[in-house]
Amino acid sequence: MDLTFTDKETAFRDELRAWLADNPAGEPPENSDGEAYEWRRQWQRRLADGGWASVHWPVEYGGRGATLTESAIFFEELARAQAPLPANVLGLLLAGPTIMVWGTDEQKDRFLAPMVTAEEIWCQGFSEPEAGSDLASLKTRAVKDGDEWVVTGQKVWTSGAQYSKWCMLVARTDTEVPKHKGLTYFLMDMEQDEIQVRPLRQMTGESEFNELFIEGARIPDENVLGGVGNGWKVALTTLMNERAGLGFFLQVRLRQLLDQVLAEADRRGLLEDPVVADKLGELHLKAEIIRLTAYRGLTQIERYGQPGPEGSLVKWMWSETNQQLTQLAADLLGPEALQAGTPWAYELLRARGNTIEGGTTEVLKNIVAERVLGLPKAR
Amino acid sequence: MHFDLNDEQKEIKRVAHDLLAARSPFAKVREAAEAARYDEALWNELVELGWPGIAVSAKHGGQDLGAVELSVLLEELGYACAASPFLSSATAAAVIEAAGSPDQQQRWLPGLASGEITAGLGTPELAADAEDAGVIVLLDDDDAQLLDRDEADVEPFVSIDATRRFATVSGSGEPLGAGAAERVRTAIAAELVGVCQRALDMTLEYVKDRKQFGVPVGSFQAVSHRCAQMLRDTESARSGVYYAAWAADADPDRLPEAAALAAAAAAEGGREVTASAIQAHGGIGFTWEADVHWLYKRAQLDASLIGGSRRHRAALTRIGASRAARAAAPAG
Repeated sequence: MDLTFTDKETAFRDELRAWLADNPAGEPPENSDGEAYEWRRQWQRRLADGGWASVHWPVEYGGRGATLTESAIFFEELARAQAPLPANVLGLLLAGPTIMVWGTDEQKDRFLAPMVTAEEIWCQGFSEPEAGSDLASLKTRAVKDGDEWVVTGQKVWTSGAQYSKWCMLVARTDTEVPKHKGLTYFLMDMEQDEIQVRPLRQMTGESEFNELFIEGARIPDENVLGGVGNGWKVALTTLMNERAGLGFFLQVRLRQLLDQVLAEADRRGLLEDPVVADKLGELHLKAEIIRLTAYRGLTQIERYGQPGPEGSLVKWMWSETNQQLTQLAADLLGPEALQAGTPWAYELLRARGNTIEGGTTEVLKNIVAERVLGLPKAR
Repeated sequence: MHFDLNDEQKEIKRVAHDLLAARSPFAKVREAAEAARYDEALWNELVELGWPGIAVSAKHGGQDLGAVELSVLLEELGYACAASPFLSSATAAAVIEAAGSPDQQQRWLPGLASGEITAGLGTPELAADAEDAGVIVLLDDDDAQLLDRDEADVEPFVSIDATRRFATVSGSGEPLGAGAAERVRTAIAAELVGVCQRALDMTLEYVKDRKQFGVPVGSFQAVSHRCAQMLRDTESARSGVYYAAWAADADPDRLPEAAALAAAAAAEGGREVTASAIQAHGGIGFTWEADVHWLYKRAQLDASLIGGSRRHRAALTRIGASRAARAAAPAG
């Protein structure tokens, strides 16, 4: 057991810290979602120029070949520096690694480099109105037409689709076989009239997610990833990467929010209130246990090549704790925290999505029960 | 960064697990509890293995290992819910080794490491194994002192956990050095992790086997989600204990926070997980024969011995608030 960073990891962190200190991301523009996104795109360009945009990618694909621990350090430091996630986070974390595993040499040459520079943004076309947690039941159809595929269907919860050039699309190419088997994974060009992107206005008022209406969009054969009918397996590669690294960013954000609540409580003399103090202690406990458990998960993967239960537990604990934290902040600050447009009001509302996005808590519990504890399939 | 047991520690864990599964099944635990005595044969075997001195240096007759190895053994003793003074004795020895004066070490460690004498452990209101002990480690908040049994006033305290002997203790001894109280709590928390793991394992076995409405009850989400929560609580406590045990030997500056994390997570988790085990077992879980109650009772007493969870959450709030204040202070 050794909970210190190695010399190499420490050197990585120090170099990154120094770079982030010299290259502050600054404050996000407040005017519109579009401007905020453009700011994150510029930020990614600067990261790419400094060689920091795709640290976890192998050197042969333009990354630093960072270990999982270094990748975790990257996201922690980014959050610690109050910098945003790079604009093309889905490309860097999901599409890139999936193409590295399943892509042809031509696909790797074509798609990977523009991901790093944020020249081409990626979105993820998995969920559908009728296929959320039950992804394999998706209905979007792709039909072969010469050396092209013609796609018709609807996708939802597509983050960043309005800014995207490419979409990781999973569609049904065979309706005759069991539902997991008839799927194919495509790399779909978003710049065609047959795709309509409609931003979904969230309960926070902003639009991170979109609906995609696809009416006869065309995808050339060479943009099939991992073979026709193999879409479920390829999609699992994407989903396996879904929480990699990001958890460490969120874990630090949680800590920062907790520090703010502690400071607010202190300012109001509420640390002497035993009920408030107890709740804050509980949040401190959870925040630290999340961090520790996330690191145990890293060791599991680094040492044994297999994720343990930690990933699901960390997502579950983080989402719940962030909700408790923002609720406590609203409780302590009173109406001030409920004023529209203020940071705490935003955090309170945004936190409701945490237990839904990237796997609902209920589904995570099913996964833990079935795959970790070996319980029979849920009813 | 390697946040897991190393191969040697895993081997210790495996050996302890197998030994206790063979020597201290619940039939033995029940027998000892009903007779209100400890399992002598088990204690002799633990002594032969040198485990009471696991975290004692070789020069004092111990195994020269540390807090992590002690935690590993305690987790397995907790898993077995063993009727033994091992927690008190091995932990007191580890504490005297780490935070005792040279005089205290010379006086007590050889006897504790060899199993010739045993130790008591706890607070004046609730101490484990104090009556037959040679020496007692007594906590008062974050201070700890060492009491010669002959100079202590010890009154038996019959608790709901019949697998362990308790007493109230009065008397004044010599102070122990920094980190003693935190090490004691880390050790108790380690035992609680084992108690949680056993409660979870027994529950999983039961809900996979027990059928109602024609299917295993573990296929109902109301049951399976409770089991998932049990895993979460168990692993949370384990994360805290590993961290605290590591910090105790490798980074003592972090021990106060780490031990508070371990204690709060384990006290709360132990009570929740063992209560869930009873509930998931249904009616049978409420019976004397079902054995889950031993775990519930052990968890209750361990949680009390560790000082409850509220005190540790309060400590965490203080630590968090001072850290937040530092974070908010202007740089430089």
